[in-house]
Amino acid sequence: MIALLTRDLRLAVRAGGGFGLGLAFFLIVVTLVPFGVGPEGGVLARIAPGILWLGALLACLLSLDRIFALDFEDGSLDLLATAPIPLEGVVSVKAAAHWLTTGLPLVLAAPVFGVLLHLPQPAYFWLVVSLMLGTPALSVLGTFGAALTVGLKRGGLLLSLLVLPLYVPTLIFGAELVRRGANGMDTQVPLLMLAGITAACVAVVPFASAAAIRVNLR
Amino acid sequence: MTMLSVENLAVTRGGLPVLEGVSFALEAGHALVLRGPNGIGKTTLLRTLAGLQPALSGRISMPPETMAYAAHADGLKSTLSVTENLMFWASVYGTGAIDTALDRMNLRQLAERAAHSLSAGQKRRLGLARLLVTGRPVWVLDEPTVSLDAASVALFAEAVRAHLGSGGAALMATHIDLGLEEARVLDLAPFKARPPEEGGIAGSFDEAFA
Repeated sequence: MIALLTRDLRLAVRAGGGFGLGLAFFLIVVTLVPFGVGPEGGVLARIAPGILWLGALLACLLSLDRIFALDFEDGSLDLLATAPIPLEGVVSVKAAAHWLTTGLPLVLAAPVFGVLLHLPQPAYFWLVVSLMLGTPALSVLGTFGAALTVGLKRGGLLLSLLVLPLYVPTLIFGAELVRRGANGMDTQVPLLMLAGITAACVAVVPFASAAAIRVNLR
Repeated sequence: MTMLSVENLAVTRGGLPVLEGVSFALEAGHALVLRGPNGIGKTTLLRTLAGLQPALSGRISMPPETMAYAAHADGLKSTLSVTENLMFWASVYGTGAIDTALDRMNLRQLAERAAHSLSAGQKRRLGLARLLVTGRPVWVLDEPTVSLDAASVALFAEAVRAHLGSGGAALMATHIDLGLEEARVLDLAPFKARPPEEGGIAGSFDEAFA
């Protein structure tokens, strides 16, 4: 399984792997917002938590369809399914690799992008915490969507339609955590909810993803 | 010792039965070549044996963790080098040694080349080298000689012979003669599934899952 993780990470940073694509997309979304809503600091500061979370979520979505599509096209997925790794392990590793190449860079870059949106100073800590806790759920749920659509031509749009509704709880509690942090309110409830959602997703969703792949490989 | 035995197996493609009543046994040190016209269900049979799809009926018995499957596609990553591709599969199967495989399939000079710069035949050789690094005794091969030249086919036949000699077994679907005199041939045409009105098994065609 470690071999699979290192292979996926290596593929992501090699030519055509798409590493950094999500990050660049995040940057562009965040830069476009002040053009759309105007540069007034008060307005931007108020909407910043939501925008940052939305941007991170869309950036995550961007690379989802690659998770299994490439392995499906070149036949690796068939071979992985017959290899002595359980398919649940394969999908978990794939989700982990997606998080390391997409989610983690977003978490680390988010404070910098927060500056562009006049994010209030106390919110930076909570922004990083919320993304750190929330983005693994985005990757795991996205892997499930990618597993469902793996055999389909042009499955990317369908994938977005399937996955975005599943992202709603994470988005709500993630953005709420940052908003409360920014206003100096109690953060315990959204923090626990966000962590709980991620823990549940990581524990349960790989089984669903593996089942979806088994059906799609038939 | 029987490595793989199949009894009265029926397989489906897209929910429709294509083969029924297939029975054979594969002993250690033996090879079985599947023959039959296009569309008879060779690939479907091999995928069913590999566990990628469920059988409609019948029984497949083999010891666990003994099979290595090679499909039409080689499963190569074009941006990884030949060595990296092989090392990945070697560590997935927990063997870790790729030197013999590189030498057997004559890939030594290409070891550092990225897979996308290989020719079709060289890619195929790399795909077959993957079988050698799995260390599994039963090889299930789907059209292993596609795009190989005569010399590479001989190389491959030699690898299969060495594998059989070391107590392995091979089941392959192929149209060309590998020159393996010890291989038995199984013609699949007589096992073509009959339509249900003639007494065949009804398929489990379900539009939602087809």
